[in-house]
Amino acid sequence: MEQMLVNGVVLAVNYALIALGITLIFSIMNILNFAHGQMFMVGGFVVYYVYGVYHLNYFVSLVAVVVVLGIIGYCFETFFFRRIRKVATREENSMLLAVGTALLLENLALSIFGEKQRGVPPVVTGVFRFGSAFLPASRLLVMLLALVLIVGLLLFVQYTKIGRAMRALAQDRELTHLMGVNVNRVSAFGFALGAALAGLAGGLLITVFGVNSGVGNVYSIKAFIMIMIGGAGVVPGAILGAIVLGFAEAIGYALLPGSVTYLLIFIGLIIFLLLRPQGLLGKPWG
Amino acid sequence: MGLETKQPVQSDVNGSGGAAPGNDCLPAGLKLRFAALVMILLVVIPIVLGRSPYYITVLTNAAVLAFISLGVWVTFSIGRMNLAQGAFALVGGYVTAILSTRYGVSFWLCLPLSGLASAVLGALVGWPVLRLKGVYFAMITLSLTEAIRLLALNGGVVTKGATGIVNIPRPGAIGLFGLTILPEFNGADPLPFYFLASALLLLGIVGVWRLSTSRLGWVFRSLRQNEDLATSIGINVAKYRVIAFAICCFMGGIGGAFFAAYHQNIYPATYTIADSVNFMLYCFLGGLGYILGPVVGAFLLIIAFELLHAVQDYQTLIYGILMIACMLWLPNGILSLAARRDAKQRARGS
Repeated sequence: MEQMLVNGVVLAVNYALIALGITLIFSIMNILNFAHGQMFMVGGFVVYYVYGVYHLNYFVSLVAVVVVLGIIGYCFETFFFRRIRKVATREENSMLLAVGTALLLENLALSIFGEKQRGVPPVVTGVFRFGSAFLPASRLLVMLLALVLIVGLLLFVQYTKIGRAMRALAQDRELTHLMGVNVNRVSAFGFALGAALAGLAGGLLITVFGVNSGVGNVYSIKAFIMIMIGGAGVVPGAILGAIVLGFAEAIGYALLPGSVTYLLIFIGLIIFLLLRPQGLLGKPWG
Repeated sequence: MGLETKQPVQSDVNGSGGAAPGNDCLPAGLKLRFAALVMILLVVIPIVLGRSPYYITVLTNAAVLAFISLGVWVTFSIGRMNLAQGAFALVGGYVTAILSTRYGVSFWLCLPLSGLASAVLGALVGWPVLRLKGVYFAMITLSLTEAIRLLALNGGVVTKGATGIVNIPRPGAIGLFGLTILPEFNGADPLPFYFLASALLLLGIVGVWRLSTSRLGWVFRSLRQNEDLATSIGINVAKYRVIAFAICCFMGGIGGAFFAAYHQNIYPATYTIADSVNFMLYCFLGGLGYILGPVVGAFLLIIAFELLHAVQDYQTLIYGILMIACMLWLPNGILSLAARRDAKQRARGS
């Protein structure tokens, strides 16, 4: 029982990073980032190469993740989504482009990294014990780092100038433009930040689960489940969704054989959406 | 019910899609084009390529994938981006596999039954899920593809889990009063399967074309434009969107059943998210405003994919880049090029 709770907390905190990243992009760009799981996967591979293969410090590799994913996110926004906002004739266009970027990243990864499952040596060793539950130090480290990042992100969005601009953008794009905010620059920065968060989550979780180039869709789906539970575009909703999914997964994996857990999560999700299509904290729409 | 009036004549109801369904304003030209398509599919290709099984196989795949994508096109026409088609193809495939291996049901009975099973499941799942719109619908249908795969994986003795169902019998002969109308399909010759696939595709095109020019088609388009407005003129929105979704699932199920008998096996991983995404991309690259969009998209992409075999390692990568390029520079699909040319000619003529 305690073990389930410990696992649930570790998963929930990391999933919150993923959910916050996708929420950030969704709320300021109104684009659902289908490539989020693929960005997670690229983040994992950056850590694998920088830390696992070239043996640099783990924290250096996390900085490298931020740089690489930031550049990817920035380029996606500048070259792809900015153009599609101009030429799009229907709502589906930007969604399809997002799907296309996911395919591109996945195929790129497949060509560059191959299809093997990759892991890295543990960053710290040792095991802590809480009652009857065991918590490996590496998982504790991952959890703490994710917590620090989440708090940092929330403070950043709340109190910095560019964070305020991003929140304004989420509320009303045109008005924000009128207030003299450089909308394009803030969008690109927001996309880069969201991508970096996905990558960091990948960089953290690779130490626990490892990564392979086909893992992207799995994490994209997890991100979607979380924002459907919590309500798309709402920051507290993203965190709540992460907590629900993290614990559901931890409990399910402990009690049920393999993939039955996700089957039940999907069935539960469909029933949940029947009752509350806007998610727990989302505003009613449509 | 409203809308019981005469069919509107103007064809720009498609609105922001940019491309009106050029189909219903040019029936004569369309018939001619369709006849040409029939000739190419059923006569020219078998004669020219009949001796090379490889090309026939590629074209068979393309035809049935195009058929499945036509279903996705129907859900596009009610303004939903459907990423669950892989799931319903999987359901259709499993229905055929289970019925034919366990109960010895003939393929020709399995085929419609698979479609029906998928349609019923689609209607049941679609009823709650279709309340969602836009990205929310895309997300839940994407999850649905994964859910059905997991269902197949955990189906125990019914689906045989990850080992899948193999040795699915090929379609048998059809006889009427002792007269063989259709000979048994054998493994040596890919042509019978090719003819079946082409026939399915042609039937699908005619069916969807009839659908989209009928009253139902106009109702679907009105749903895409504005569901609230459609409700206000007395359209039962919930009913019609379930109908559209069930039609889509029906086509997915039929396609899945075909592939199950064609490849003689089915596994949980036969249709994954990538397949669902591909079905949607075929529609999009051909052009969402055109019924032939998914057909053109499927054939072009599948043939392009085979041609890229020469570059082996970078095949999928180039494929991905091509698709993004198409989205950025051809947002209305490949057929919008033809429409643009037609419009120019008409402008010059008048």
